[in-house]
Order: sequence, then C-alpha cells, then structure tokens
Amino acid sequence: MSVTPAVARQRQLHRLERSALTGVLVREIVNFSSYWRSATFSSTVEPTIYLLAFGFGFGALVNNINGLDPVQFVATGTVATAVLFSAAFPAMFGTFVKYQFQRTYDAILAAPVDTEELVSAEALWVATRAGVYGCVPMVVAIFFGLDPSWGMLAVPLIGWLSGFGWACFGIMTAGFAKSIENFNYIVSAVLTPLFLLAGSFFPLSNFPTWLQVVANLNPLHQTVELVRAAVFGTWEWNDIARAGMLVVFGLVMWRIAIYAMTRKLID
Amino acid sequence: MPELAISLRGAVKRYGEITAVDHFDLEVPMGTCVGLLGPNGAGKSTTMRLLTGQSIADEGEIVVLGFTMPDQSKMARALSGVTPQLDNLDVTLTVEQNLLVFTHLYRIPRNERKDAIERALVMAKLVDRRDTRVDKLSGGMRRRLLIARSLVHRPRLVLLDEPTVGLDPQVRQELWALIDALRTEGTTILMSTHYIEEAQRLADTVTIMSHGSAVAVGPPPELVLEHAGHEVIEVYGPPARLAEVEGEAGAAGLRTRRTGTSVSILGVDGANGWSEQGERRPANLEDVFVLLTGEEIA
Repeated sequence: MSVTPAVARQRQLHRLERSALTGVLVREIVNFSSYWRSATFSSTVEPTIYLLAFGFGFGALVNNINGLDPVQFVATGTVATAVLFSAAFPAMFGTFVKYQFQRTYDAILAAPVDTEELVSAEALWVATRAGVYGCVPMVVAIFFGLDPSWGMLAVPLIGWLSGFGWACFGIMTAGFAKSIENFNYIVSAVLTPLFLLAGSFFPLSNFPTWLQVVANLNPLHQTVELVRAAVFGTWEWNDIARAGMLVVFGLVMWRIAIYAMTRKLID
Repeated sequence: MPELAISLRGAVKRYGEITAVDHFDLEVPMGTCVGLLGPNGAGKSTTMRLLTGQSIADEGEIVVLGFTMPDQSKMARALSGVTPQLDNLDVTLTVEQNLLVFTHLYRIPRNERKDAIERALVMAKLVDRRDTRVDKLSGGMRRRLLIARSLVHRPRLVLLDEPTVGLDPQVRQELWALIDALRTEGTTILMSTHYIEEAQRLADTVTIMSHGSAVAVGPPPELVLEHAGHEVIEVYGPPARLAEVEGEAGAAGLRTRRTGTSVSILGVDGANGWSEQGERRPANLEDVFVLLTGEEIA
C-alpha cells in the first residue's frame, strides 16, 4: 500500500508562526476572562502594600533617599516588584499546573503548534500582563504625590521587557521542576535575594562593593533603574546597557525555557 | 492500491529499561477505522503519542498523512484530530469557548469559525449546552465535547485514544453512534481501546497489541475464525476440573483459555465429543485477545 500523497498540497508550516502564537494567546485571553479578578488582585495588591508600608514606613524615618522623596523612591522601585510578582510566579505555577494537572499542553501540542511557539506565546502573554500590572504601584503613587511625567509612558514597555525575561524564567523553572514543592528552593534561594538586591526599597550604594557588582547583574535592579530614569527623566547613556541587559536576559531565558519545556513535553 | 493515512514500520520507543513500543508495524488505509486493541500497558497510548509527534521513536519509520514524523509532524497535526484518553478541556470555560480556542489553534479562517463551532456543537449534541461551563457537564458530555473539539477543523484523520474509557454503558453507546457516523462519512479513524465490543463493532480492521508489538492483524471476523474457529465450549467447574479439561483439550490438539471461573476450549467446530463438557457458544474477539495476549480484558 502507498502512503497517501494527497496532503502534499498542504502548505509548509514553519517555526514561530503567527497563527500558532495567536492560537495560544487566544486561549490565554479567553481563560483570563474567567480569572482576571483574582489575578489582578494578587498581582497589584501585594506590591501596593509594599509601596505603602515601605514608602510611608521608611518615609517617616528619612527625608530623602538618593535625593528622592521616600514614597517616590519606593513607588518606582515597587514597579519592578510588581513585574516580578506578576511574571515569574504565574509563569512558574501556571505552567506547572497546565502540563502536570490540567494536561492543557498535551491538547495544544496535538494541534499544529510546537513547543517553541507554545512557550513563546505563554511568555508574551505573561509579559503583557506584567507590563500592565507593573504600572499599578506607580499609578497609586500618583495619588500620594508622585508627579506624572511623559516618561511614565515608557514604564509599561520596561515592565514588558523585564516581564518577558521573568516569565521565561518561571516557565524554565517549571520545566525543570520535578514537583511543585521544588519551587520553594527557587523562591527562597533565587527570587527573594534578587528581590531584595534590586534597589527597590533602599539604595545599593551603601552595600559592599562586591555586593554592588552582584546587584548590577540582577535584571530586577536594571528594571528599577530604568523605571526611575523614565519616571524622573534622568536618562543616561548606561541606560542603553541596562536595556540591553534585559534583552539578553529575556533571550537567554526564552531559549532555556523552550529547551526545558521540550524536554518535559516531548519524550 | 489503497492510500495509507498512517504507516508505522519497525517503530521502537524505549523509556529507560522499558520498551513501550517494540518494532511495531501498523497500516491504516484512508477511509477506514482501525482498532488498536490491547491490555493496559500494551503500548497503545505511546503509539498515539508517536503519531502526534509528542513522543519521538528511537527506531523505525512513521508517516502520517504523507508526512514523516517527527520532522513534519506539525503539518500532519494540522490535518489530524486527537481525542486524548485523559480529559484536558479548559474546565472554567464554556463549551463554546473551548471550541473557539481550538478553531484558532487549528487555524480555521475567521469567516468559517462560527460555522465550524456550530457544526461541532450539533455533532456532539451540545447545542443547548453551548454556554455551560465545562465543569458543570456530565462525564459523557465532556467526552462528546472532547471528540467534537478534535473534529472542529474537519480533519482527514482522527486519533481516538480510549474514547469511552470509564463511561457508563449508555454513554458508551452514544459515543459509538458518533464514531460510527464519522466512519460512515469516510473519516479515517485510528482508535485505541481495551474494550473488545468497541473494537468489534466499530473497527474495519483490528491490530492486537501486546508488550509493544502487534500479535495479530485483520478484520475481526477473520481474526476470530483464524485463531478461535467458529465455536467455543465454555466449561465451568472447580479448579481441579478445569485443569483436567485443559489437559484433555491440549492432548486433543485444541487450544484453551482460562476466563476466571471457566475454561474456554477453542476451535471445537464439529467436535461433538466436547458438547457434554460445557456450553457451546460462537467464538468471539475476546477469545482471540486472551489467547494471543494471555491477559483478561476489561
């Protein structure tokens, strides 16, 4: 018997096709309509509490931090926290639940979608949410005296860029994790130190030199610095390097996330 | 020469020490329904994953709808539909939203999506439930939705992995009617199952799998005739008596199989001497299955 040649007419499908990315994104958007309230709540309330606690708590103890009002300093720093919370955590847990418990990825991969497209679309979606949610502390801070500026319009973009890297980090973590309990190691040993070494709540200039060097390798710190530069209009040439670092972070995490998920989903 | 929708030649898939699929050959001609029959762990689901590119064969050649796996699996998947063994619907979405998502994933053009969803709803008899969340549906409805989801893009080939597992008999009958309608329309179907009756009723050809490879291939009536003859005598009794019957049948050159509380003596066509030993009945596919795999079936 011969293998049917009739389907040779079917056009060739390639890598990273827009229709495949759209398909996965549509699934996320339709699903989001059923849980947007809880997602929005968790992604915005926690950073806002940090803003209020650190901004007003520390603000009562010090007059200024690096020449900025404490609320303004913390508000701009908390944008990075909100990006981290709304990108890395949903990506970690969401990815794990979707492949391990809901088997959603088995269903998607039975359609003409490959792992590269699946991971890319998931990361794009999470990054988009992070870009939006990241702005919440900044918007709240406006009500507490942060002056609006045109530069603030760049903050969603910075949040998106950073969020893409953190989303891929979360997906990668889920791809390598053997159980959901493994996330405890990542949260305690990786995310918490990076979160505290970002310069969100206090300047890094008082840290020992070696720790400042380490902090400068932290993508979250670069996010904080870029957000402050955008909001206060204090752009410098090295901000290009900071943005470049976020791009490299995103690209590296993206490829590793694809590798990890391919290993997990295709046996 | 009939065209093949699926061709597996010498497919091998290993997981460490375990060989899940072991030099397995399978041919599914276009427009036919082929049943992949085997006990749990025979390699049916792994075979299904090989056909969707979700598992990569260690050896062998796999061609689906003219596309070589796994390199061209994306194009094969665009023309295939898969109903998985385990429910992976989005439970917080409605029936219609679940179908909508898959019209996008299967790249159905915008102006055809509505019709595709309507067609799938009608086929699955879920028109009245279109706005119901999936977690409010019964098991049978969810299974129908899973099948409808795999058909929303009018695939040329449908892979049904244990389509009725865990469902009550009434729902199973409904799904059989649905699958039979697909077969009548000319859709090519590969259906894995461990329900004998399902394979016997729906499949044009059956491949019996055991330990990862095919132990028998053919239309159900021919398989029955070849391996179990026309008639079987079922002998009931205490274990000692059953052992004795097995010995006597073996000495007479007849094959037997144990079925829990009885022994079936196969191929007794015209052998009147055995009639008083037990009840005579027509041979069936279950006789063949147990004979060839050595395992009882659900």
